[in-house]
Amino acid sequence: MQLTLEFGGGLELLCQSSKIHNVDVKPNPGEDKLTMRDLLAWVKSNLIKERPEMFMKGDSVRPGLLVLVNDCDWELCGSLDTELEEKDVVVFYLYLAWWLASVCRVTTSVEFISPYILSTVLPIVQSLVAGVCD
Amino acid sequence: MDNNLFKPGERVAVAASGGKDSTVLAYVMSELNRRHNYGLDLFLLSVDEGITGYRDDSLETVKRNEIEYGLPLKVVSYKDLYGWTMDEIVKTIGLKNNCTFCGVFRRQALDRGAALLKADKLVTGHNADDIAETVLLNILRGDIARLSRCTFITTGEDGPIPRCKPFKYTYEKEIVMYAYFKKLDYFSTECIYSPNAYRGFAREFIKDLERMRPRAILDIIRSGENFRTATSTKMPEQGTCERCGYISSQKLCKACLLLEGLNRGLPKLGIGRARGTNGLNKRVEQRNLRSERTGSNIESKQCGTLDF
Repeated sequence: MQLTLEFGGGLELLCQSSKIHNVDVKPNPGEDKLTMRDLLAWVKSNLIKERPEMFMKGDSVRPGLLVLVNDCDWELCGSLDTELEEKDVVVFYLYLAWWLASVCRVTTSVEFISPYILSTVLPIVQSLVAGVCD
Repeated sequence: MDNNLFKPGERVAVAASGGKDSTVLAYVMSELNRRHNYGLDLFLLSVDEGITGYRDDSLETVKRNEIEYGLPLKVVSYKDLYGWTMDEIVKTIGLKNNCTFCGVFRRQALDRGAALLKADKLVTGHNADDIAETVLLNILRGDIARLSRCTFITTGEDGPIPRCKPFKYTYEKEIVMYAYFKKLDYFSTECIYSPNAYRGFAREFIKDLERMRPRAILDIIRSGENFRTATSTKMPEQGTCERCGYISSQKLCKACLLLEGLNRGLPKLGIGRARGTNGLNKRVEQRNLRSERTGSNIESKQCGTLDF
C-alpha cells in the first residue's frame, strides 16, 4: 500500500532529517486491512532511527504528537483502529517540548512528590479531575 | 462573549513571544477585529529575556508577525529594565529556580511595556492546558491566594493593567491544529532552561490525563473556578512595593526582592517560603542557621483551610 508520511515539529530529525517519506507498507500476513496500529509499529521499526520514545509511548503515539490522516484528526477516524487506504497522507506533528519525552522524567513524575503530601493531596486531585460541579 | 473582555476603542497589547499560542492569538485578534469591527487598537509586545539561541530566534519570528499582521511591535528587554539578562542570572544562581526569576521579571516587564504603549489591557496566549497546569501546581504548593486568582479570565482589574487570557478554554491541541491548517509562522522550540522546571511534571500529568479522558482539562479548570476558601483564612493584602511602586502583598515586590538577592550575591533570596513580612532579614538569618543544621528541612506550609 502506497502511503505518504510527513514528519514535523522536529520529528524529522529522528528520520534522517527527511520531512516527507513515500513508503510502501504491507498489511500483516493474514489480514487485508492496514490499521494505524500496524503503521505505527512499522514506522517505529523502519523509519525512526533514534530515540523511539519521542515517537511512541506504549502502543500509541506519545502525548504532544498530533496525528492527521488526510488532514483529519485521527481521533475522529478511530485513533489506532483507523483503516488506511491507498495514497493516504499521514502527518505526525510534534507540538510539545522535546525534553518532556525523556524516559527518566516519565517514570519519576510521581516520586517527585513526597509520600506525605501525596496522601493528603491525591484525594483532592482526584476530585479536582472528576470536576466538582459536574 | 459572555465574559465581556473588550470594549470598542480600547488599546490592547498582545503579549507575543513568537510561539504558537501568541502567534495564533495575534492572528485571531487581528482577524476578528477586522471582520467584526471591534474597534480595538492592537499592538504586539515582546519581552527579550536575553537567552541566546532561543529568544533571539523567536524575536525574529515576532518581527515577521509584525509585518504579516500589520501590528506595531514594541520589545522590552530584561537588560534595560533590570540590568540582568537570563543568561547572567542562570550563571549566578545555577540551573534551578530559573523559571521563578524569569516569570516574575516577565510579568513586570509586560506591565511596564504595556504602560509605555499606553495600553488599556494586556492579552496573553495562555491556553486551557496552561491554566490546568497552574491550578494543579498551586494545589501541590498549597498556594491559596494564587489558586483563587489563577482561573479568572481577567486578572488585575484593580491594578495598573488588566490581563486577559482569551484562550482560557482552548485546548493546546486546537491551537496547534489551527496554526497548522492556517499555515501560520511560529517558533516551536522550548526554552533551553526549562527542563528543570517543576511545571514540567504537572504538564506530563495533564497530557497523560488528556489521553485517557480529554475532558479532564476543562474539568480541572472548572474545579479551580469553583474553589471556595474559608472566610477565616488570612489572605495576603494587596499593597504597593516600597521601592518601585508596583503592586505587592509584601513590603517589597517579588521582582525587587529577587533583584536585591542577585545584586547582593544571595541567589536564594525570595525563593521558597519566607514567613512574616520581612523576608529579607529572615532569609539571611535562615542561611546562617542552615549551615549549622545537618538534618533535612521540609518546608511545609498551611496557607489556610480548603473548604469545598
